[in-house]
Amino acid sequence: MTLTKRIIPCLDVANGRVVKGLHFSSIKDAGDPVLLAEKYSKEGADELIFLDITASQEHRETIKTLVSKVAKVIDIPFTVGGGVKTLQHARDILLSGADKVAINTGAVKNPEVITELMELFGKQCVVVAIDAKRNYNLEKGKNTYSEGDKKFWFEVFIYGGKKGTGLDAVDWAKNVEKLGAGEILLTSIDMDGTKDGYDTLLTKEIVNKVSIPVIASGGCGKPEHMVDIFKMSDVDAALAASIFHYETHSVNRVKEFLKKGGIPVRL
Amino acid sequence: MVKVAIFDYGAGNIFSLKTSLEKNDAEVDVITSFDKANNYSGLLLPGVGNFDPAIKSIRDYSKTDFADYVSDKKPVLGICLGMEMFFEKSEEGKEKGLGVIDGEVVLLPHEMKIPHMGWNNLNIKKQSKIVEGVKDGSWVYFVHSYRVKPKNTDLIVADSDYGITVPAIIEYGNFFGTQFHPEKSGKIGSIMIRNFLRECKK
Repeated sequence: MTLTKRIIPCLDVANGRVVKGLHFSSIKDAGDPVLLAEKYSKEGADELIFLDITASQEHRETIKTLVSKVAKVIDIPFTVGGGVKTLQHARDILLSGADKVAINTGAVKNPEVITELMELFGKQCVVVAIDAKRNYNLEKGKNTYSEGDKKFWFEVFIYGGKKGTGLDAVDWAKNVEKLGAGEILLTSIDMDGTKDGYDTLLTKEIVNKVSIPVIASGGCGKPEHMVDIFKMSDVDAALAASIFHYETHSVNRVKEFLKKGGIPVRL
Repeated sequence: MVKVAIFDYGAGNIFSLKTSLEKNDAEVDVITSFDKANNYSGLLLPGVGNFDPAIKSIRDYSKTDFADYVSDKKPVLGICLGMEMFFEKSEEGKEKGLGVIDGEVVLLPHEMKIPHMGWNNLNIKKQSKIVEGVKDGSWVYFVHSYRVKPKNTDLIVADSDYGITVPAIIEYGNFFGTQFHPEKSGKIGSIMIRNFLRECKK
């Protein structure tokens, strides 16, 4: 046996509460991130990721409290991200009990924060989140791909997918690895929310260009999609939110499905 | 209640380790030097930070020597970097290691994905107090870029397959080391934490 593929439920948190459609009968308060973290952990999740979608200054204290509460109840690794811009903010999160911190906009605006964090805490704590989207306006110097007769490049977006940066996602991924990132959380904006499956092309391209672990995110609508992305790329982990938010797809069942599909998972 | 100390190098999350020890009924103090009262039944060197600064914080900032503090009786659990420091030297830094165990620490081969991050199996090679109740093949959580190479390979209690063989658990007298993170390895990790605390009680 060798290293297993990781299955990572993602919890979007606003003002210290889990948001997005949740349908749990077994949990009285589905919005409580601590209860959900415990539930996922017990079901066999390999890691958890919390993304603070409010991410404003006022919520920093809320997040710190949340992180230490979660750290007390689970004994698997977890990452916290969303609006992390400064070294101090990242430090707060890590010292409150998170194992890794994910930075996105903060890393694009101020890439040296990646190196500073790596030097202080080690690269295993530093996850760079990259949100990428196809841009059909071809530019010189970008890595160009085609699907059918359409040609495009992958552009990095920041501020929760709202603002393009002009950065080529493949080059940016190579760059963050050099700067000291220990892992990449790769979200396809094109596939996110579609439930049509992960972005195979984007994932393959990035995974083949870096030698740090990559987490695929965006587009997972059913367990088959996880089998597909693990078979079609050498990606290390798959993140999903909505499929775990219904009890028909508990983490455990998803992993059993993956095992039947020939994917090495921890069961 | 058994009382143990976690040595804090000053740069990392030791919260999870502390929580894990407390959940298993230990009283835990976080210490930053070996100069204060030594009334602990065991010492833990956590697995966060970098080799050189961590070694310096252990070696240079206390009047009391690490070897004197620990003697040959106090159980010590080194996790990840904490275990790597037991050795003579590491490719991660320039400083000398603690030199408790003969051998060195080397970077994982470049053709592998580094860090080795995630859940991998333990191949238990021999019995040890630390793996009592742990089944061969159990899953534990790794996150590391270096691996240890003890001169005496008999010290290796368990290893793990990452394309190359990674020593996962080391035992040498009162020194126990894990390359993975027991505090992040669910129930299996908790068993090993309890086994270590049981040694501390003796």
